Amino acid sequence: MKNKFDPAQNYNNTLKAVGYVKRKEATQKTYTDIGFMSGLEVHQQIDTKEKLFCRCPAGCYHKNEIFDAEVIRHMRPTLSELGEYDGTALMEFRTKKEIVYRIKNETTCTYEVDDTPPFPLNREALEKAIKISHLSKLKIVGEVHITRKQYLDGSIPTGFQRTAIIGVEGEIPLKNKKIRLIQLSLEEDSCREVSDIGHTRIYKTDRLGMPLIETVTYPDMVNPDEVKEACNYIRFLNRSTGLVRVGIGAGREDVNVSCKGGTRIEIKGVAHTKWIPELTHNECFRQWALLNIKKILNERVPDPKSWKISHEFISYQTTKVKYPALKAAKANNYKVVAVNLPDFMGILSHFTQPGKVFANEFTDRLKVIACLERPNMTHSEEFVPIIAEADFEKIKKTLKASENDAQIIFWGPEADVKTALETIEERCLMAFAGVPNETRKSLDDGTNIFERVLPGADRMYPDTDSKPIPLPNDYINKLKEDLPQEVTERYHQLKKWDVPEDTYTFIFKRNHYPLIVRIINELGFDPKFVGTFFGHTLKFVEGHYKPTAKFKHTILFHLFKFVKEQNIDTRILKQMLPIVYEHPKIDFESVLASIKFKRIEKNEIVSHIPFLKNKFKTVCRKDNTEIEAKWIMGELRNTAVGNISMTELYKSIVGK
Amino acid sequence: MSEDFFQGYKGTALEMLKKFNVRVWGQAEVDTTRGAFKGTILPRSESDDDTHIVMKIPTGYNIGLDTDTITGMIETGYKKANYKIPEKEFPNTPGLPKVKLIGTGGTIASRLDYRTGAVIPAFSPGELYGAVPELADICNLTTEKVFAVFSENMGPEQYKKLAIAIGKEIENGIDGIIIGHGTDTLHYTAAALNFMVQNSPIPIVLVGSQRSSDRPSSDAALNLMHAATAAGHGDIAEVMVCMFGPTSDSYGFLHRGTRVRKMHSSYRSTFRTIGDTPLATVTREGVVPIKQIYNHRRKDRNVTILPYFEEKVGMIYYYTNMNPDMIDSMVDNGYKGIIIIGTGLGHVNKPLYPAIERATKKGVAIYMTVQTIWGYVHMFVYDTGRDLMAKGVIPAENMLPETAYIKLGWALGQTSDLEKVKEIMLTPINDEITKREPYNGYLVYQGGVPEVEAFIKKFRK
Repeated sequence: MKNKFDPAQNYNNTLKAVGYVKRKEATQKTYTDIGFMSGLEVHQQIDTKEKLFCRCPAGCYHKNEIFDAEVIRHMRPTLSELGEYDGTALMEFRTKKEIVYRIKNETTCTYEVDDTPPFPLNREALEKAIKISHLSKLKIVGEVHITRKQYLDGSIPTGFQRTAIIGVEGEIPLKNKKIRLIQLSLEEDSCREVSDIGHTRIYKTDRLGMPLIETVTYPDMVNPDEVKEACNYIRFLNRSTGLVRVGIGAGREDVNVSCKGGTRIEIKGVAHTKWIPELTHNECFRQWALLNIKKILNERVPDPKSWKISHEFISYQTTKVKYPALKAAKANNYKVVAVNLPDFMGILSHFTQPGKVFANEFTDRLKVIACLERPNMTHSEEFVPIIAEADFEKIKKTLKASENDAQIIFWGPEADVKTALETIEERCLMAFAGVPNETRKSLDDGTNIFERVLPGADRMYPDTDSKPIPLPNDYINKLKEDLPQEVTERYHQLKKWDVPEDTYTFIFKRNHYPLIVRIINELGFDPKFVGTFFGHTLKFVEGHYKPTAKFKHTILFHLFKFVKEQNIDTRILKQMLPIVYEHPKIDFESVLASIKFKRIEKNEIVSHIPFLKNKFKTVCRKDNTEIEAKWIMGELRNTAVGNISMTELYKSIVGK
Repeated sequence: MSEDFFQGYKGTALEMLKKFNVRVWGQAEVDTTRGAFKGTILPRSESDDDTHIVMKIPTGYNIGLDTDTITGMIETGYKKANYKIPEKEFPNTPGLPKVKLIGTGGTIASRLDYRTGAVIPAFSPGELYGAVPELADICNLTTEKVFAVFSENMGPEQYKKLAIAIGKEIENGIDGIIIGHGTDTLHYTAAALNFMVQNSPIPIVLVGSQRSSDRPSSDAALNLMHAATAAGHGDIAEVMVCMFGPTSDSYGFLHRGTRVRKMHSSYRSTFRTIGDTPLATVTREGVVPIKQIYNHRRKDRNVTILPYFEEKVGMIYYYTNMNPDMIDSMVDNGYKGIIIIGTGLGHVNKPLYPAIERATKKGVAIYMTVQTIWGYVHMFVYDTGRDLMAKGVIPAENMLPETAYIKLGWALGQTSDLEKVKEIMLTPINDEITKREPYNGYLVYQGGVPEVEAFIKKFRK
């Protein structure tokens, strides 16, 4: 009698076989061993009044239910300029999706829904993109050509994104190395998805057409932290210019990851830089795991070309329908199909990502390609079986499955069964070859799921609706004037000022550096204090208080100026800030009143010291000047703040 | 031969390519004062300047390089692109109707043209099947290219050729005809074929597209499927225009060829029936008539082909302060017929009177239509109208200006007897003049009105 197969045990064993370690335990050697390689595509909206190819306002957003009209489109694959069909294009055509666009008249004109050709490219956006290209040390092209990049998911109603290369081959400095840039392009932003259920996907068009730059790096990053560092650098560089939009969704990045023997996987739409290390770590190991699966399968099946799935329809009588998803399937009159995967025993529960197994690779493909809503399947290697063992035995018998096979059972509308079967077989065959080309979606637990087939260069087509735009030398040189200082220089300056390093991310992310410099230069404050005030105090206040009106950061300049003019000690700023932040319109005198600040002459405060010294003698147990000073400081702190600096007060106590 | 190597390049750019021995489709490394660039040299559009060289960089994007900045170029390889839709033989399915697609050019089937940087017509049944395989489920399609011109280059010669070609196809027993056509002048051709091909036993469907078929969101494929359905399965045996109903990928309209007009420069749903309702809606499921009266499909082959056209016919669009020399010059240049597109109910200003009088006395046929597009010419209402009629201007009822122009050319092509011309002009052949204008023949609702907005939100534009 053989031991019964235990999927959970198999997961653990394969996790070990792959050599997976948690990120915290990973070292550079871990990544070198599996050949970690990563590159970035950082997207950043440019701050313009109008959209890129039409005159609709940019940056006005609507709620999902607010719209004036809907337009339906279906996308069809077309040939690229070089006469080839693109892989993604064909896959997405198979899904036959009905795309619905929700339009609000204020933010959408006939251009966005592809009922009018493009208007001339927004010059404001072009010039800002050229400036940022200069800062990224890119070689600026001689003539901007608008290219159509095909997208058949419907996220752009034309079926392509109008995009143009501004510069190629640049570089950015990291702490220990330089990262090469492939290119920077100026492109139109896509629609925001409202929902995607079955064969209907709904988008809204408010964001569509807003100008965006995409900075693409070479895969020069060799560990997850470098990817994060490079991403931060590019984002900070973009923000340092003050030419880009900030806020939710204004900056997004796609991360490309591969391992040795793997392939370039694009993880799309990573909203937070801090997610990057975990995501890239897990993706690299997922590929490493897929390569292990490839090895196992090729050992088992000498001739993958003749490998085939078989399937049987299953009646609802065969299995006891307790599982809610199956109940729903029955209610919808869905077909239930059992698929036999010869020699796949132990593959479905093979580790791929923390908490994920190879079987998960199917479920999202079934959703995206065959339009089967999740949950759409179960399989023979579930940790907690959904279908009772006895029922499963019956199914295996119907399929004439042998011991070494695995089974997938899926359910969905009859019309989608054919595509679903093709999808399953296709993914299995890909497992023999290793890591399929995909774009994947990041999840906040650090894992990722299938999103689409990775498109190639074949989806490019020149935009026949627009003329090239020449960029003569004098034009681009003029845009070089008044470029902001480079981020590295700013970084070194903060270090020189002894501003704590944990403040840098916040300062660069919010682009506070120029304001900090202004306060230091124009008002003469101590750089370390100002930097720390922004990086610590302001960050804390922003996280804990809510402004009642729009808080403009230039208020801070006036606050510093006020404190200087009033000759109040700077320590008071920390108490004033929460109130100023909550009530941006309040006058500073009232702030002082509300924190109960009283102006007291230094001499008067100092005059209390002898009395307190006497008092200390009555309360102390040990006669120690250090403890005495601290105690007196404590007694005087409230009246002292703002009136005398703590150092001066201390000196007054111990000096006497 | 050598020109092919430098497709589209001229002047400085051409010199530069020749100097460094780099061809179009050559893979090249280019040194410039802005740095080094690598990629494939692409052809350049002839209308673009001569100071830039276009290349496709490895990421698939195109860029241009300024010849002023180029310091050196080396060709490292060569690979010519072959832009071709995969051709597959169109399958023959017994039981499906035989449909002929006659190509004239236009965006219904087009591909990239490096000469202009725009799209040019390309067309074959195999290509069409490769691009729109659904067609094989609708009909057995054969194609024939009668000529390939842009819509704006269509004229009398083409109308006549088309009419004759259609006559032959009908004689040969085809079940339906599709004519692929650019959209700009689609309604002119539709009117011409209504007059030149009469009593057709089968549907003749003109179709185009507003978005070229080289883009994923093109309306070409769906329009073609709709046209094939109407031509192969529909019961309406007339010359019709088949284009999008709403801008959504939803259903198409079949418009009577004499009453249809392109009403928007770029919308998909640009064609509208004016002063009446469309004949029918069409989806891939079939044709659903809106109008109750139309010519039904017949088994016989008794079609009448009347390929006549007098080219010395013109139209003038009246504007305030128009001078009489506008009309004089037409008369002096030998024009035999003039369609005036007048203001309001069919008016022009007084200074034109003598010129009009002179023209009609010389035997020029002058017909009045209206700038308002919708509505009838009513020349009895004001004195102006009566004066004009007295000077020989004939009101063309509610004929659309373009249709009136085509019909006058066609009438004068058959006879120079102005009385006979008048009889032809005012006797409707297929609703170019209607006896009455139904109330729903004029529906141009205004956006912003709450009930209109509510309707649009509900029914998808």
